[in-house]
Amino acid sequence: MKKAVEILEKIQKNFPDKIVKSNMEVCQPFVVIVPEAISEVCAFLKEDEAMAFDSLMCLSGVDYKGSKTEEERLEVVYHLFSVSQRHKFVLKVELVRETPVVPTVEGVWGIANWHEREAYDMFGIRFEGHSDLRRILCPDDWVDYPLRKDYVPPETYQGMPAAASKQFAELAQEGEELGTDPYRAG
Amino acid sequence: MEYLRQVLLQKVAGFDQLPGSLQVFIPMLLGCLLCLGLVALFPLFAVWLERKVSAHMQDRLGPMRVGGWHGWAQTIADGVKLLLKEDIIPAEADRLLFKLAPIVVFVGGFAAFVVLPFSDQFIVSDLNIGVLYIIAISSLGVVGIIMAGWASNNKYALFGGMRAAAQIVSYEIPTMLAILTVVIPVGSLSMQDIVRAQSGGIFNWFIFQPVTFLAFWVFYIGTLAEVNRTPFDIPEAESELVAGYHTEYSGMRFAFFFLAEYANMFLVSAIGVTLFWGGWQGPTWLPGPIWFILKAMALVFVQMWLRWTLPRLRVDQLMYVSWKVLLPISFILVLAAGILALVTEGHLNE
Amino acid sequence: MQVEAYAGEEMILNMGPQHPSTHGVLRLELETDGEIVKKVIPHIGYLHRCFEKHAEKIDYLGVIPFCDRMDYIASMNNSLGYALAIEKLLQLEVNQRVQTLRILMAELNRIASHLLSIGTYAMDIGSFTPFLHCFREREKVLDLFEWLCGARLLYNYNWVGGVSHDLPTGFIEKTREFLRQFEPVITEMDKLLSYNKIFIERTANVGIITEKQAFSHNVTGPNLRGSGIRWDLRKEEPYCGYETYNFEIPVGLGKFGSLGSCWDRYYVRVREMEQSIQLILQALDRLPEGDVQETVPKRIKPSKGEIYDRTETPRGELGYYVISDGGLIPFRVKVKSPCFTVLSILPSIAKGAMVADIIAIIGSIDIVMGEIDR
Repeated sequence: MKKAVEILEKIQKNFPDKIVKSNMEVCQPFVVIVPEAISEVCAFLKEDEAMAFDSLMCLSGVDYKGSKTEEERLEVVYHLFSVSQRHKFVLKVELVRETPVVPTVEGVWGIANWHEREAYDMFGIRFEGHSDLRRILCPDDWVDYPLRKDYVPPETYQGMPAAASKQFAELAQEGEELGTDPYRAG
Repeated sequence: MEYLRQVLLQKVAGFDQLPGSLQVFIPMLLGCLLCLGLVALFPLFAVWLERKVSAHMQDRLGPMRVGGWHGWAQTIADGVKLLLKEDIIPAEADRLLFKLAPIVVFVGGFAAFVVLPFSDQFIVSDLNIGVLYIIAISSLGVVGIIMAGWASNNKYALFGGMRAAAQIVSYEIPTMLAILTVVIPVGSLSMQDIVRAQSGGIFNWFIFQPVTFLAFWVFYIGTLAEVNRTPFDIPEAESELVAGYHTEYSGMRFAFFFLAEYANMFLVSAIGVTLFWGGWQGPTWLPGPIWFILKAMALVFVQMWLRWTLPRLRVDQLMYVSWKVLLPISFILVLAAGILALVTEGHLNE
Repeated sequence: MQVEAYAGEEMILNMGPQHPSTHGVLRLELETDGEIVKKVIPHIGYLHRCFEKHAEKIDYLGVIPFCDRMDYIASMNNSLGYALAIEKLLQLEVNQRVQTLRILMAELNRIASHLLSIGTYAMDIGSFTPFLHCFREREKVLDLFEWLCGARLLYNYNWVGGVSHDLPTGFIEKTREFLRQFEPVITEMDKLLSYNKIFIERTANVGIITEKQAFSHNVTGPNLRGSGIRWDLRKEEPYCGYETYNFEIPVGLGKFGSLGSCWDRYYVRVREMEQSIQLILQALDRLPEGDVQETVPKRIKPSKGEIYDRTETPRGELGYYVISDGGLIPFRVKVKSPCFTVLSILPSIAKGAMVADIIAIIGSIDIVMGEIDR
């Protein structure tokens, strides 16, 4: 079982100019990698015998817009785990919000296929080289990316009203006459 | 229906004045109507019985309210409901075949009832090729099932229809060979002759003879497959194909399929009773027809019991059982029956 | 002539989203050649209820009822995972009574969840009776839960720092009574279903998941253990005090046919129920005194940070990735659900199977759409 510092050293040795920054102080240490190199770094971390990260626990997208402490960006977070060595590690990739593009790690771990589809669906992050990049949770013709912080839900979807209507309490406080019709929209 | 003709001659005034052909035709018509009544009423009872049997095996109660005592009128209520339903025919369906299919399935089963010997006298038509007639006419049901699957214009229904056809046709062969093992010692295809060959006490029934004992099991398994009962109910596998070949049917047409299935269950049980369990014979303190129906009901109960216990076979496993297990066994049994008949020279029951 | 010249057009068969066997709203696009399936494409998202977006709008404690609704069959385990993650962020320790109660409820829910899984699987294969027997037992568990916290299915029980209700008087005796009469039921189930020849023919040698596929696709829980890999988070990364309990991890042995088949996964679930009974009995024996809500904070305001925490639910490894920016509302909650990952393996294990086998495979991997779609 390797310590986080040792894993960081190994990555630094093999990919010296691909690391943007790292943080070993927090309870789950992480390393931020340059987006273009993520696929190679992941492949290395899986193949190397000392590292042996054979399991991708989770691949998440994060939108840091509106955060008081972080700068505005999109991020992809990779939580890695080694079943044989029992150590964990976190890789991060920072992307520009306007054009978020990052190579896919589908070839390293098969599950990345679906996780990346979800990140694309929810955040609009494009994964280069992905075999089947299309929406997974939202309908195929949905517009915009729901989990972004500046997402505004559409008013209608294919003719059906889609925006959430105001709660009755809000309407009552605004002075609306409330009848017994439960299907009032907005 | 000689018996019925005699009864009518004695009881109904003016019957002997009718022309000869009518004197034969009217008893036959009455007999057929009686059979139709049985075929229509038996499913009512059988569905209720199935629901109660399944409920008690699953540690619950089943129908309890409709009609008062243990929900005996439940099926009547269901029947009325089905009658009142809207008649929906899918837009792209083949209308003629769609309407014809349930009728063909029903007729295939019903027509075989006329050669069932309910008692010594009471058989609508004692054909001297009774067994052959049954095997031939009950195959008509397959045509109806394929028609239903095709005419529904629905992939699931088509799947179900194809599976059903393959299954029924495959299982007819071992069934027929099992029947043959009974025909060989009797030497006649007539149903009444087969029953009479088992007379003279309970141990003369074919179920207690060596070769036909095994043939009964082959026959029973084969007929389970013919009536699409679990473990062979792949054509109507609820959890796989929604409802198989009768997916698109609603209302009275669906009721026809339902009726046909339960009537078929009784039919194959009745044939089994006739061939192996001594038909209408039994101690004289109950009349023949009652014994016949009681024995058939026992076999129907075992069919229900199996349905609620066993999982269902996959299509290829089903085919495997028919062609690679039952068929060789039934061939051997026919051979054994022939050798046995030669050795005893037809004096089986002496 | 080449074989391809004779190959007919393949039929595209659509299974779902409304289908008796797809365990929820799952749509499977099957490309079949007669009965053999050439390709399976699962379509999900019909039950997407925007859990992650909701979690960014309510405070930390308010997210817990939403957690329950993801895997609605094993809700105790869902809220447990979330509560543990937030407690790690807050660096909060709970007392022994809370830990024991959490294990007690998680294992009771594991039994209920496996009963449902086994019952519906039997029904898919065509055997209707075990379904009702399993549900009869499950009703007893749900009655216990209703007595405890008022709800049968969605409990809102595991809070950050404690649990919502303490045990009512008589609960312990009733639970022991239930376990006493439940143990013979598992044996009955074995006799009726597990060793039934038809059931074995339908499920052994079907849907084999190899070790390599399992790790590549992050398959966890009974699905992984069915392939012979003895991996359980309750033993590897214990939480709530699991390291102090005596229990074993059943794995598939390949008794009938190849290792990693549907039968192995089903059998692992049956044996896991037995282990859960042992865990519950041990928990009942050692239940210490204490106040179940003494460490519940009034306001939950973790310092800035992030954590990925995982627990072993009846379906596998459930992971919560929580990012806190120091406020009262979570900045990001990402859920990695076990059924999501195991469903992604379906296209590769279903090649060459028959339509009936697809049903058997889906039933054996035990998916709950609420968890996949969140």
